[in-house]
Amino acid sequence: MLYAIKIAARYLSASKAQTALLVVGVAAGVFVFIFMSALIGGLAEFILARTAGDMAHVTIEAEARLPARLAVPPGRVLWADQATRETATLRAAENFLPLIETLPGVKAVSPQIIGSGVLRRGGQAAQVSIVGLEPGRESAILDLARYRVAGSVRLGAGVVVLGKGLVEDLGLALNQSVVLQSSHGVTMRLTLGGIYEIGAGGADRRMAYVSLATARSLMALPQGLSRIEIKLFDLYAADASAARLRGLTGLPAVSWTREGARLLEALRAQKQTGYFLKSFAMITIVIGVASSLMLSTYRRRPEIGIMRAMGASRRFVVGVFVLQGGLIGAMGGLLGAATGYGALLLFPTRENFRSGTLPMDITQGAYGLAITLTVLCAIAAAILPARAAARLDPVTAIGQ
Amino acid sequence: MSLVTVTDLVKTFGTGEAETRVLRGANLTLERGARAALIGPSGSGKSTLLTILGTLMRPTSGGHEMLGVDLTRASDAELTAFRNRHIGFVFQFHNLLPDFTALENVVFPAAIRAGRETAAARARGADLLDRMGLAARIQFPAANLSGGQKQRVAVARALMNAPELVLADEPTGNLDRAAAAQVMALIGQINRDEGTAFLISTHDETIAASCPRRIVVGEGRLTG
Repeated sequence: MLYAIKIAARYLSASKAQTALLVVGVAAGVFVFIFMSALIGGLAEFILARTAGDMAHVTIEAEARLPARLAVPPGRVLWADQATRETATLRAAENFLPLIETLPGVKAVSPQIIGSGVLRRGGQAAQVSIVGLEPGRESAILDLARYRVAGSVRLGAGVVVLGKGLVEDLGLALNQSVVLQSSHGVTMRLTLGGIYEIGAGGADRRMAYVSLATARSLMALPQGLSRIEIKLFDLYAADASAARLRGLTGLPAVSWTREGARLLEALRAQKQTGYFLKSFAMITIVIGVASSLMLSTYRRRPEIGIMRAMGASRRFVVGVFVLQGGLIGAMGGLLGAATGYGALLLFPTRENFRSGTLPMDITQGAYGLAITLTVLCAIAAAILPARAAARLDPVTAIGQ
Repeated sequence: MSLVTVTDLVKTFGTGEAETRVLRGANLTLERGARAALIGPSGSGKSTLLTILGTLMRPTSGGHEMLGVDLTRASDAELTAFRNRHIGFVFQFHNLLPDFTALENVVFPAAIRAGRETAAARARGADLLDRMGLAARIQFPAANLSGGQKQRVAVARALMNAPELVLADEPTGNLDRAAAAQVMALIGQINRDEGTAFLISTHDETIAASCPRRIVVGEGRLTG
């Protein structure tokens, strides 16, 4: 083996220009592989951050109780009056929170109480969705802290956090008070503790975030929860996690893919595109290495014959050419990975993605995978020429 | 026990109308330490016989034994190992590995056997090159040596694993008279000093005359 490595290395160093060209060719393929990995990975990260990244991957929500349908006989008039209003509740859900939090793959859990209400400030009024979050878990699902533009998103007693659009509509300022009346008729005076701006009109104008305790009072819900939102480390595992949660708790856990099927499809298509592009890069490497080594085999036919005459086994000859492939793959892989890493340094980091720039993610360059695959592909590419070399008849080869 | 025994050796090439029978029942016995010239006209089968004796080609039929081993029954891997251990080759066109130094070329058969270039092999290789008068050319790339020097490196390489038999196919055919004489003198010396048997295919009457034994190839048979 050691001697085969020496012969392989000598053959490569003897044809410096040819070897350099080949290594550069392989490096170019690896560069494309790494570039595509970083781009596809970065793009996915970017899209996820803007979409599924801020939403729950699994949601456990109480099913709303629909009112009974009343049939009205022809010619009669039905008088219906709303006497009470009941919020759909997960009564026993709180008991499962410790279990849910320890499930594998779960990144964050957010118990919530939700409802609707009207915000009033002087003569201004706006209809809002009330979301009660547990203090300390304000950014567990939607990263409110990231979107904060003023004050604090920390929720506490008597504090409300609103979107910038809604604050402007109501003519509010930080630390000013505002009245929130829930659909259950409960009214509370709250202080504007923080302002966020997501950039989406709906989210910035229609949401009012309060603490879980405040929401409990507003929605007249002394116990239970209306929703549990769960974020996973791998959003593609949401279906399996939801099924597991249903099985373990009996709660109606729903994966984000039920509503976000199109997004999931787009992400998968993007991933597939990435695989195709990377596969083409690898195929290019295989063809390049195989054709070059085939040429080398042909050029060195007499030497192969001499080696065989001197007692070199077919296996040794195969080893020499396969090792050449491996060395070319290793050199090209390292050069391509280094060049790819260097090129990716020129792009903004994933924390600083901006519109108009390529969302490259240097951490998703798959450098190790690129080098390993390149070496394996180069070795595979060398097998055919190596076998051809080993099959040479030494007498014929020496005579050439 | 003789070194090599060949009995009723037949070798044909091609089939049907294109069939050519080069060896037609050749018989030969070569003793240990022999030095024999193999002579005969072009196309008489000298090279074919040498390649069969060198285990690079299998006969169509007949017996071939060396050191008591029936080589006609050996597998390709067994023949390769046998060749490496017991047979040396010297070709007309030296056939060195051009990208390697003189010493690396000489050490090659030993490195193949050991899987690496050992210090002992390098020492023996250097000693052989010294005996060939090439001490100053040890680290020269083979491609930079003269024709006579290359052939002497080839002789040293053939002797590296201390084989019992060296097969030389027109070893001086590509050399001038002075270089040819030098190579033949070396072969004679090694034959006498180490008892290595040489079978030398040649057209040169002077070289044939320098060998104690002459084997003539004619009509696909051997005499002498």
